[in-house]
Amino acid sequence: MNERLGPLVPEIVLAAGSVVGLLSGSWLPRRRQWVVRLITAAACLAALAATGIAAAQAPTVDFGTSYVIDVATNTVRVTVLAATLLVVCLSIDAVAGHPRESEFYVLLQLAALGTIALAGANDLLLLFAAYLLASIPGYALAGFFKDALGTEAALKYYLMGALLGVAMLTGITLLYGVGRSTSYTVLRTALASAPHGVAAVGVVAVLAGLLFKAGGVPAHFWVPDVTDGTSTPVAAFVTTVPKIGGLAALLRLLTDAVPTNAVNWPLLVAILAAASMTLGNLAAFFQTSVKRLLAYSTVSQVGYLLMAVAVATRSGLGITSLLFYLLAYAATNLGAFAVVAELPQARSLSDYRGLARTHPGLAAVLVVCLLGLVGTPPTGVFLGKLEVFTATIDGGYGWLAAVAVANTVASLFYYLRWLGPLFLSQQTDSAAEPLQTTGGWPAIGAYTAGAASLTLGIAGGAVLPLLHGPLS
Amino acid sequence: MLSAIVFLPALAALGLLAVPVRSPRAAFLWTWICVSAVDLVLVVGAWIGYHPQDGFGWAENIPWIPTAGVGYHVGVDGLSLPLVGLTAGLFLAVAVYSLRETRQVKSYVCLFLVLQTVCLGLFVALDLILFFVFFDLSIVGMFFVIAGWGHGERSRAAATQFFLYTFIGSLALLLGFIGLSLAATPHTFDMVTLARTQPLAGRGAYAGLVLLAVALGLAVKTPTVPFHTWLPPAHTEAPATGSAILAGVLLKMGTYGFVRIAMPMLPGTWRRYATVFVVVGVVSVIYGALVALAQTNFKRMIAYTSVNHMGYILLAVGAAGILAGTNGQARALAVTGAVTQMVSHGLLTGALFLLSGVLYDRGHTYEMSSYSGLAARTPVFAGATALAAFGSLGLPGLSGFIAEFQIFTGSLPSATLGTAVAILGILLTAALFLLALQRLFLGPLRFPDAPGTPALFSDLRASEVASVVPLLALAVVIGIAPRFLLEVIEPAAGTLVRLVSR
Repeated sequence: MNERLGPLVPEIVLAAGSVVGLLSGSWLPRRRQWVVRLITAAACLAALAATGIAAAQAPTVDFGTSYVIDVATNTVRVTVLAATLLVVCLSIDAVAGHPRESEFYVLLQLAALGTIALAGANDLLLLFAAYLLASIPGYALAGFFKDALGTEAALKYYLMGALLGVAMLTGITLLYGVGRSTSYTVLRTALASAPHGVAAVGVVAVLAGLLFKAGGVPAHFWVPDVTDGTSTPVAAFVTTVPKIGGLAALLRLLTDAVPTNAVNWPLLVAILAAASMTLGNLAAFFQTSVKRLLAYSTVSQVGYLLMAVAVATRSGLGITSLLFYLLAYAATNLGAFAVVAELPQARSLSDYRGLARTHPGLAAVLVVCLLGLVGTPPTGVFLGKLEVFTATIDGGYGWLAAVAVANTVASLFYYLRWLGPLFLSQQTDSAAEPLQTTGGWPAIGAYTAGAASLTLGIAGGAVLPLLHGPLS
Repeated sequence: MLSAIVFLPALAALGLLAVPVRSPRAAFLWTWICVSAVDLVLVVGAWIGYHPQDGFGWAENIPWIPTAGVGYHVGVDGLSLPLVGLTAGLFLAVAVYSLRETRQVKSYVCLFLVLQTVCLGLFVALDLILFFVFFDLSIVGMFFVIAGWGHGERSRAAATQFFLYTFIGSLALLLGFIGLSLAATPHTFDMVTLARTQPLAGRGAYAGLVLLAVALGLAVKTPTVPFHTWLPPAHTEAPATGSAILAGVLLKMGTYGFVRIAMPMLPGTWRRYATVFVVVGVVSVIYGALVALAQTNFKRMIAYTSVNHMGYILLAVGAAGILAGTNGQARALAVTGAVTQMVSHGLLTGALFLLSGVLYDRGHTYEMSSYSGLAARTPVFAGATALAAFGSLGLPGLSGFIAEFQIFTGSLPSATLGTAVAILGILLTAALFLLALQRLFLGPLRFPDAPGTPALFSDLRASEVASVVPLLALAVVIGIAPRFLLEVIEPAAGTLVRLVSR
């Protein structure tokens, strides 16, 4: 057997980091719990370094055929770990001195670990275990501060996750029944001759769970409520990180385990993509709360990401474009959330009036990130969109690209509703001062994410070749 | 050399960002003027060093995102060099005009410097994605100019409309570019390669769709009827300097796209649908002129004459795609006229918008009915406006005549009916400009005396003269001795016509 631990060092480091964090958190006095934050950051950095070494090796399959380490896994590792580091940076001011500070960071690490495992899973049972590991810490994080809105958010998140998790488990059972294995490698050949109807139902049920992780239509109902109800760092985390794992898992499951002649999944995913971007945009149009607006914008972004999944087997560019878009999306979305985290009093769009005068740096990051989410050059998401659109047209889904273009224009409308007030002069009559900054950490996160978003666009030529490679 | 020309203003803007906001505003404004002047000198140097027979001069080609087929490929030829010159000149004029700007000068100067980089970059780009990057950034930059320095709250709505409308166009353009690049093997966005290999030759419906996407994107930016509705509000709400750049440079991005991208890369498809472009051009000419005739707002009127002037360009490029009943020489003449018209319109309309800014500065309104008999009090202002208006309506001796004469002569053999109808447009523009001049400058002296307006309706100030007069002088030079310009354009126009008739 090939039960080697070597290729799994990044995951092991993360798991060890959470255990050490939990243990030391239990023994540390409350004012010194920041040590756990350092442990978390160190674990993420060490895992990043280990990923860097792993990325230089040839793709491997570990533990039988259950865990794959290839370009997709490595990209997800890097993206998730960097995103987690950024979320840690956003959280410092919000949870410093909190009685359960160390638990917060441990939960973050566990959720990140689950997300990475989602991407590497090459076996339905491991996929479900990873789903649980990525979800359950998320529920706890959503209700972490025990306020009314946060508790409600956690409950909604949990109920939705439990329901779709059961659906996923049902789907896994069905696929196991007709495919006689849970390994993708076996399923690939077995499903081709299996009854197509059952296989289709099974695939759709598994998709339900993964779409819940990704926050795509029709499993998106939790996104706005959780984003709006929970604290901003957690909102940034749950709208960015699980999505990365969910989409990578979707990609691997569909391309490796489900032959297109058994289930016409490209068309299904294309329709889901169109629905996701359209519904997300329509719902975002007249939002006045910045967090709800961002929440619906992430739903529409899932649509663009699903486009790349839809053409993963039909165009040579599909997989690379998905991985690059994920990377760019994570940086850009976290940048926008970081600005929101830095200005905790500003909850509605009109509260941002005059930001360009009072905090020009934050306003610049917001402009870069919001226009980046639209896909304006030279940000990373522009290059991602260019790649995704190219792959989509190349894969024969010209109509989907046209829908995406229409949606991109539509999305510009609500981002401009947010950007417009930035440049007006500040209201002087109101006694409340919404543009109060919290400590400096979220601002550092915002600048880092904004710079990363721009760098990915300008120096994308250096990154794209790293994302080439077949899935194994 | 070209990279230096393109990125010098952006680097200057980066440097200025480090300067504290509280510094005297003259420091920012004079830096801007100096940078723009240096840039113009560099452009003149590039012009002198360029030999029209060379094809693309000063080319630089560096891989940027090789896996996606995107390169940093820049170069100039006879189609782009005049527009690069126009851009550098117009930005310098705008910089001088802005000497009296007082609102948030640091951001204003940085924004315009970045916009200058974007505009120059677009005209030298020889890669579709590079072109698109600058195309999109020009929209973003102009959005902030209109929203930030426009006339009050309404300017935000106009800016949003402008952004949304032209963004639709730019994304249609992107789809077209992707369609073009996917047809080439290996996939590439390089304009020179795509024009040489024409990967879509003989791909009937697919090529038609690609041309539709590209033409739609460019038509919104140009703008032609029926995609022009964003233009009047954007112009009316924008500051004078923004309007001058919007009309003088940004509109040219659309027409330049036709001669740089649509025609050489899709020659067969262009020939098939050339009549469509002729019809759209003629409709724009007549409709733009008629609507302009009905305006009472001076700035809105100039905005609509832009629709009219861009119509002539579309007529010319459409006629250059109709091979029957004409020869290469006539078609080359039409293309030369189109490029000359771009330069001429940039100079004259840029000047007219700056002058309308003077009008607003003194009277706080663009309504022509509020003014009368200004010639007596402001002879220089009246003279400059009259000269620009006459140039714009195509009076011989000014650049507009050279451009329109070539367009009509070149288009007449192949698009006889269209050209005959379009000539009526000249009559209409003559009528509307004369009417406007009469309303503003003749008759008994009257100007708004509302609160907030300066009591004295003063003539052009030194900075205003220094910005407007050089533009008009250049228009006169082109009108009298156009050889220096035509020598550069003609070989490139000949090449383009040969590419189209392949």
